[in-house]
Amino acid sequence: MSTDVGNGASPEGTEVRKLDRVVIRFAGDSGDGMQLTGDRFTSEAAAFGNDLATLPNFPAEIRAPQGTLPGVSSFQLHFADYDILTPGDRPDVLVAMNPAALKANIADLPKGGTLIVNTDEFTKRNLTKVGYDEDPLENDSLAAFNVHKVAMATLTKGALEATGLSKKDAERAKNMFALGLLSWMYHRPTEGTERFLREKFARQPDIAEANVLAFRAGWNYGETTESFAVTYQVAPAKLATGTYRQITGNTALAYGIVAAGQQSGLPVVLGTYPITPASDVLHELAKHKNFGITTLQAEDEIAGIGAALGASFGGALGVTSTSGPGVALKSETIGLAVMTELPLIVLAIQRGGPSTGLPTKTEQADLLQAMFGRNGESPVAIIAPMSPADCFDAALEAARIALTYRTPVILLSDGAIANGSEPWLIPDVDALPDLSVEFASEPNAPDGSGEFWPYLRDPETLARPWAVPGTPGLQHRIGGLEKADGTGNISYDPDNHDKMVRLRQAKIDGITVPDVVVDDPSGKARVLVVGWGSSFGPIGAACRRVRRLGMTVAHAHLRHLNPFPDNLGEVLASYDRVVVPEMNLGQLALLLRAKYLVDAVSYTKVAGLPFKAEELQNVLIDFVQGVAQ
Amino acid sequence: MTTIDLGLPSLGGLDGVPTTEDKQTAKDYKSDQEVRWCPGCGDYAVLAAVQSFLPQLGLKRENITFVSGIGCSSRFPYYMNTYGMHSIHGRAPAIATGLAVSRPDLSVWVVTGDGDALSIGGNHLIHTLRRNVNLKILLFNNRIYGLTKGQYSPTSEEGKVTKSTPMGSLDHPFNPVSLALGAEATFVGRALDSDRKGLTEVLQAAAEHRGSALVEIYQNCPIFNDGAFEVLKEPGEREQRIIPLRHGQPIRFGPAGEHGVVRNPATGMLEVAEVATVGEQALVVHDTTLDDPSYSFALSRLGGQDLTHTVTGVFRSVSRPTYDDLAREQVHLAQQSRRADLRSLLRGKDTWTVAGD
Repeated sequence: MSTDVGNGASPEGTEVRKLDRVVIRFAGDSGDGMQLTGDRFTSEAAAFGNDLATLPNFPAEIRAPQGTLPGVSSFQLHFADYDILTPGDRPDVLVAMNPAALKANIADLPKGGTLIVNTDEFTKRNLTKVGYDEDPLENDSLAAFNVHKVAMATLTKGALEATGLSKKDAERAKNMFALGLLSWMYHRPTEGTERFLREKFARQPDIAEANVLAFRAGWNYGETTESFAVTYQVAPAKLATGTYRQITGNTALAYGIVAAGQQSGLPVVLGTYPITPASDVLHELAKHKNFGITTLQAEDEIAGIGAALGASFGGALGVTSTSGPGVALKSETIGLAVMTELPLIVLAIQRGGPSTGLPTKTEQADLLQAMFGRNGESPVAIIAPMSPADCFDAALEAARIALTYRTPVILLSDGAIANGSEPWLIPDVDALPDLSVEFASEPNAPDGSGEFWPYLRDPETLARPWAVPGTPGLQHRIGGLEKADGTGNISYDPDNHDKMVRLRQAKIDGITVPDVVVDDPSGKARVLVVGWGSSFGPIGAACRRVRRLGMTVAHAHLRHLNPFPDNLGEVLASYDRVVVPEMNLGQLALLLRAKYLVDAVSYTKVAGLPFKAEELQNVLIDFVQGVAQ
Repeated sequence: MTTIDLGLPSLGGLDGVPTTEDKQTAKDYKSDQEVRWCPGCGDYAVLAAVQSFLPQLGLKRENITFVSGIGCSSRFPYYMNTYGMHSIHGRAPAIATGLAVSRPDLSVWVVTGDGDALSIGGNHLIHTLRRNVNLKILLFNNRIYGLTKGQYSPTSEEGKVTKSTPMGSLDHPFNPVSLALGAEATFVGRALDSDRKGLTEVLQAAAEHRGSALVEIYQNCPIFNDGAFEVLKEPGEREQRIIPLRHGQPIRFGPAGEHGVVRNPATGMLEVAEVATVGEQALVVHDTTLDDPSYSFALSRLGGQDLTHTVTGVFRSVSRPTYDDLAREQVHLAQQSRRADLRSLLRGKDTWTVAGD
């Protein structure tokens, strides 16, 4: 059904329909402000108390040629009155700001879905640019959808006529018109957005007012035309009690690092180099110098991690942030940190690879790089957050391991959770873990010589003492050459090298990590799905769907990738079938098969986008039915 | 943390580093590790010079840290009874930067070579110098790769025949002093391994400088490039070639001070002239404090790879706020203006509460 809404009409008797969940996708040109629009709608949903999950999707080019397919930027938001796990497979509502956005996204809109189109951009030139021979709004190609044609730019310019803004400036506010319209359709609170706009454009009050006016115009348009017969309500979600905020993965990571500094009592030094999609961690931490955080934007990736390691040598919590190609450049320094046994946190926000790959798209193909991407036997601890909010806890956990065991820890986040957001139950600061460390202060030589042995290990953790420069009597030298066990002097002794290689491995293998928890409400599942990192949402959602169909399936999600939880082997062995979905070609599956001799089956997709719950549901059904036969 | 008064000339390179009244000797700075350079290596002389000069600074030994990269000279920290890190090829300036930024109470020294600093680590060197991190960088230049057994280096002369260049090297070499000045280093000096007095003077000035100090040390490799600087050491030759610099003094050299440096009025360039011809008043009076690095750069161009002339001493020593001081100042200012309230940070601006049933 297509509804033409060119004329204003009286608002009478709009029906209100209650929904439990909605997925909205805003799509437009890179310059159309779709990320901001989506972000604001997210905040409105959060303020309203819905559970939510988001998926920003944008090109690597800052401004790809206007109106082209490569220039399309979109933001998908899933909000619900119950706890949801993913940003949604397909939109229920697609907002297309131009022909390119329509063409790039229409295939994802299910039949009967709502399509809201900004008709002003559907000019012959723009249509030709993306390969439309004729205007899809004028033929029956969109007949399967509930189409609303809205001249957003014209209406926005009309609403702003009195402001004296140029037509160009006025038109730029059309994204706020779209936001206003959608806010009306879904009964969203508006105060937050108006306040946000006034703060964002505090230095340009006329622009701020123009955006507020455009926002209200969109709202009023929905209310005063009769083209929108139905509005929708999605009630607040019944989440665990407490105070929530909305948070992205990168912000949560940065906050986790701030908290790690506070909980350890150590100054934090972030040595880093800008790289997509990790730069926001730097931007966020740079704002919080009042927490004793130094952010150092180095000349390259190598210098970034070098500075972090130098700071760790000096007794600070050294942190670096990067993505796949940057991890490659940092490998040698990670190896030095393994050898010098100093705490170091490497925040690796994975993106599509290899090489430059897909900078703005997600992937989890750096697990084996984290695990093995260095020369020699060079074990490090690896952990992976499961969702945007989990990034906070994962950062604290990375700090715990790094400080306790004096080791580099690689934290593998990815583009999906780095930029995606969800509600976060704000943690109780008093309940955060104590990460305080004790620096060495006395000579420790077991021979009573009064010397300091920098490689005399703690018998329990196998960690070596952290003796920082400035401590009298503990002068010592460390470096990349092999160390004699205990004294730490250079040693080329064959037996010593063999021993040290094994000790370094044993230290990582001995890291205490929590057991993996299996989610199997029936307790009768015979198929186990094992995932890691950001696929937690889609896998969890797929499992729910499978169970709703009356089948059983178990889900274990690994947060600790090295070492694995102690109970993992036992868990894997207790199912008839182990399925491992990954956004790579089977990296975790390879590790599980090697370590546990389990016939894990890999399901892989490397498309730069998160798994869809529906897709995984179908895969899992096949496995569950296969086991049943 | 105390406020650092930025930019004052009185702020010395060692301010903030704890001192001691205890008498120190060179022996205190020798570690228990056996020194394993080749017999006759110039590194021995530099090590001895550093070990006997450090006690003069009167610093607590535990507040001195040596960081090195990879190469023969980079074994240096192992032989010093201070804190030390023997790190990665080329990366010592980066690692030392992190250390210096986080620890104002340390005197941080970087030991590097021509391959380490100028080839694999060239990027870190120039960026450290432009940032003016409070590090003292000792660049041992022997114009050869020693630890990998004799390939040409970025300071080897053009046409150098080595194992990797049997038909002669093709590269045009770096002049490390020119490079450092081009990166706007605030302190640049040069000395010879065999000249204990000259080396010590430059080291002393470097230590007292607040900011990055690059000291190029011509160092002989007796195995792979023996005699590279011999003409600067032979009596009779050296006086004709070495142009020693003294701040505030006319630049003059030669066995009887018969040569000097003058500015060519036509080109504005510096050149060597006979004092008897140009007159004493024409000599350039050395000034390390000129803000514009062009003058010291011109000095660095006197003489070339063939060592016809070699300028030694302190080329430039100017005051500019250091990166590490500024970085700490930002943290300090942020701490003074906003309380570190984790609870409030985590809450942010927009929250909502889910109440229990």
